[in-house]
Amino acid sequence: MVECLLGRRAMDLQNDDANNVDSKSTDAASGDAKLVDATSVSPKISERRFRQMNRRELLKLTPVIALGAFAIPALREPLLKQGLRFSDWASGKLFRSAQLAPTFADSAVTPLEKFPLNGYDVDDPGVIFENWTLSVSGAVEKPGEYSLSQIQALPRTRQNTRHVCVEGWDVIGRFGGTRLSEFLNRIGADTTAPFITVSCADDYYESLDMATALHPQTLLCYEMYDRPLTREHGAPLRLNIPTKIGYKQAKYLTELKVTRVLDRVGYWEDQGYSWFYGL
Amino acid sequence: MRGAVIEIDGAKGRESDEGARAVYEHPLPVRLCHWVNSVALFVLIGSGLQIFRAFPSFGAKIPQKDLLHWPKSLAIGGWLGGALQWHLTFMWIYIASGLFYLGYQIFSGNYRQVLFLPRDLAGVWPMVKHYFFFGGKPAVNEAYNPLQKHAYTTVFGLGVLSVVTGLAIWKPVQFSWLAWLMGGFHWARVWHFAIMWAILLFVFGHLVMVILHGWNNFVSMLTGWKKDPEYDPR
Repeated sequence: MVECLLGRRAMDLQNDDANNVDSKSTDAASGDAKLVDATSVSPKISERRFRQMNRRELLKLTPVIALGAFAIPALREPLLKQGLRFSDWASGKLFRSAQLAPTFADSAVTPLEKFPLNGYDVDDPGVIFENWTLSVSGAVEKPGEYSLSQIQALPRTRQNTRHVCVEGWDVIGRFGGTRLSEFLNRIGADTTAPFITVSCADDYYESLDMATALHPQTLLCYEMYDRPLTREHGAPLRLNIPTKIGYKQAKYLTELKVTRVLDRVGYWEDQGYSWFYGL
Repeated sequence: MRGAVIEIDGAKGRESDEGARAVYEHPLPVRLCHWVNSVALFVLIGSGLQIFRAFPSFGAKIPQKDLLHWPKSLAIGGWLGGALQWHLTFMWIYIASGLFYLGYQIFSGNYRQVLFLPRDLAGVWPMVKHYFFFGGKPAVNEAYNPLQKHAYTTVFGLGVLSVVTGLAIWKPVQFSWLAWLMGGFHWARVWHFAIMWAILLFVFGHLVMVILHGWNNFVSMLTGWKKDPEYDPR
């Protein structure tokens, strides 16, 4: 059919000289025989006309120039932000609560001393464990200060899961803690609120979508390799979220808020990284 | 597919009664996809290499053995976060143009011009021999010779694979079966990287051919019309 249309277009170019061609042969239903008819008549046009036609065809490519907007600094930033936002939206759509991250046998776990550290500031923000509490606020029935033993009193989950860093490396580790969903239940969180934000002893901050917070593998993690978290891995409490990229899994938690409004997104997000970054 | 053919009257330097001939070889959707895709590929490879710079290895993080130090000046995005923005933006443009191209080729029937089929197999070796100067030029009777069809069909396949391996890296949990198919998350990264080099190899060969085949051939990817085709378009 396209052949026919092109044939016709070429013919249209010979001004009104098309009477010698059966214009009905351009019907889509006319079949191959007529199709050959349409193209076997080579219309004659002048060199000038040919150049005109070429120019017109070239102009039809102008939409490609729209990509040049990315070369203009003032437009580049908002366009790339939009691209990132679209990717986050798609990531949210691709997330399925029932999809579990792969888990691994104990033999596949990387030894603790080979578990890389990527602190944002210091390896040890100097948390004084005796005084440590998790401050809970926002859309919850029981806000206030929660001690580590209160959190550890909740059912414990252990999992061997992959920790993926945005840099490109990954490591399989053994994590233990309580499901964040258990804790949210304990504090009477309104799980219709879309976000959870956390703050950390080292001034790091992060936020999570509620669907991920309620995922069965999302942990308030206080153990790695069956031992209490070490300081450099975020003692006394960190997030372990096998369905998210590494930087979402904040260490040294001090505050947790259930919220409808995302007032602070996340440290790396504010530098330009993706917010959702679900794996 | 045989495109529309026209005769150009009074073309320069010709007897008026045997005017030049031109054939409409590249429909507009193909040309649009070609150029959009060229830009997208450029950005994706440039930003991909910047992303790779953050961890230029395929092994463990500890101890890290770097595979290659790619210069920052040959990468796009300036830093990891910036490169990811470029990559995550242009991957949509890349996918959209690929899908549009595929849909167009199928529904227009234009794929007959470019799709490599088993019957084209016999023509590949004579073309290779010709290009490497130890064989005569095989007869040309369609827009793309068998070797071209092979190259264009293969590179489309590589494009699909680049998206699929990329998806396995970006979403190794939601598409854990994809990562598994590729031999695991690590291998998905290796494949993604290898496919980029394969595409670059195609681009290199493609550009060499474009230069060798001159202006008329190059212009046809801009205007669709190829003047003086080597073959009889009818």
